[in-house]
Amino acid sequence: MKNPLSKRIVEIKPSGIRKFFDVVSEMPDAISLGVGEPDFDTPWHIRDEGIYSLEKGRTFYTSNSGLKELKIEICNYLRRRFELDYDYQKEVIVTVGGSEAIDIALRAMIDPGDEVIIPQPSYVSYEPCAILANATPVIINLQAENEFRLTAQELEDAITEKTKVLILPFPNNPTGAIMERADLEAIAQVILRHDIFVISDEIYAELSYKGKHVSIAQIPGMRERTVLINGFSKSYAMTGWRLGYACAPAAITEQMLKIHQFAIMCAPTTSQYAAVEALKNGDDDVARMREQYNQRRRYLVHAFAEMGLPCFEPYGAFYIFPCIKEFGMSSDEFATRFLEEEKVAVVPGTAFGACGEGFLRISYAYSLENLKVAIGRLARFVERLKKS
Amino acid sequence: MREELLRIIEKNSRIDLKELAVILGVEEIDVVNEMAEMESEGIICGYHTLIDWEKTSIEKVSALIEVRVTPQRGQGFDRIAERIYKYPEVNAVYLISGGFDLLITLEGKSLKEVSAFVSDKLAPLESVLSTATHFILKKYKDHGTVLTKQYEDQREKVSP
Repeated sequence: MKNPLSKRIVEIKPSGIRKFFDVVSEMPDAISLGVGEPDFDTPWHIRDEGIYSLEKGRTFYTSNSGLKELKIEICNYLRRRFELDYDYQKEVIVTVGGSEAIDIALRAMIDPGDEVIIPQPSYVSYEPCAILANATPVIINLQAENEFRLTAQELEDAITEKTKVLILPFPNNPTGAIMERADLEAIAQVILRHDIFVISDEIYAELSYKGKHVSIAQIPGMRERTVLINGFSKSYAMTGWRLGYACAPAAITEQMLKIHQFAIMCAPTTSQYAAVEALKNGDDDVARMREQYNQRRRYLVHAFAEMGLPCFEPYGAFYIFPCIKEFGMSSDEFATRFLEEEKVAVVPGTAFGACGEGFLRISYAYSLENLKVAIGRLARFVERLKKS
Repeated sequence: MREELLRIIEKNSRIDLKELAVILGVEEIDVVNEMAEMESEGIICGYHTLIDWEKTSIEKVSALIEVRVTPQRGQGFDRIAERIYKYPEVNAVYLISGGFDLLITLEGKSLKEVSAFVSDKLAPLESVLSTATHFILKKYKDHGTVLTKQYEDQREKVSP
């Protein structure tokens, strides 16, 4: 029999998280700080709107790019929050989560051999999606001493003749790093000078704790070369609804829409109706959840300082990324031993790129009560390691 | 800080002050001062415990009583409300809009005790025109807390 498989897909490594997930699943009594999704339920009025749409029998396809009403609300939201103007008719596509948006943006923009710059540590799907789109991924290893922000110099050094796209993943999963306006202005100059494009994954935009998030599309000259990606999963606690969106100049969305319409057809209709409600009446929910995350964030920063575990203060998402290099173990070993000895699951930094070595991703999408128990165990574990 | 502080202690009045300072990102002394101030301003009126009496062996009956009254000249509803809230078995008295004027919540040991209160004390009051008593059969949610179910984390334990 011939080999049924594509060489390209076989060569892609499965997600590092998957491996860890399998181990944790075998330990029912383990507590976890390993999730990448909110602990809140979707606010009830949003769920209610989803239920209502089902009651009304709104169970058909929507237009490929999404419900008109939702696209209008997305544009209203982006204007209200970030002073960004998009044309709902031509510049918005509603997608199956931010993940789909990443995939179709890359596929719409890449020719074989083009290079895509991916700063790491970052979300697990950029590199495989770039490879699947026939791009050559070029990794930038972000540095702890820069608080894992992308600097103009790092970007400059990674750019070649073949560079087509920069993926910009801020606020960042797994580090919690953000890019402030000045940071964005600095890299925007490099981007403009080299005439490259940006796919900006801003799924955690609402979870910024040092002033309001700034989008790269707000920086002069950048909107016309940026695909802005956002969604409902993190800000409205709607992960399971699988709903995101991409906004970009019409020339780009037009091509993205072809892939979307042939591969996906349209995003789930129920989710789209619920999302209209989220954008219309959900600002207070977002603020309430953000404040809760922020309280937990402050608690963890304080707890790590007391533990003596080095860690920069993260200002975004719901992750904190402490350094464990002093214990002379790999992230994987540390996480495995911590799980075995204290029954707490954290994710090794290496799941998000090789340069995550020496770090752990700790999620604070848990109640303070849970965090206290888990952090108590971490303190005990660290204490033991320091003595031995 | 005031609003956030109130939100937190409304849900957890036993929270450690040090911890409260940490999660609010302020100094402990500021928390102490702010709380003292709000106590003296009457914003913080007490620190209570939410108890599901159903789960104890102690017998308790709660009722909501709607009361129609005649407001008194120059005093409106305040005088009759005060007359009613002075009874220790009365938990809460609200002036409400709609078909009734006052809503009272009441706790007693038994149905009999609550009925006796209504017929012997409340109904005979001069300005009380009528009452309607509703006994509470089951509390599903109280003070924003669901009493009937334990929280269960349904998420996968590790996800990207």
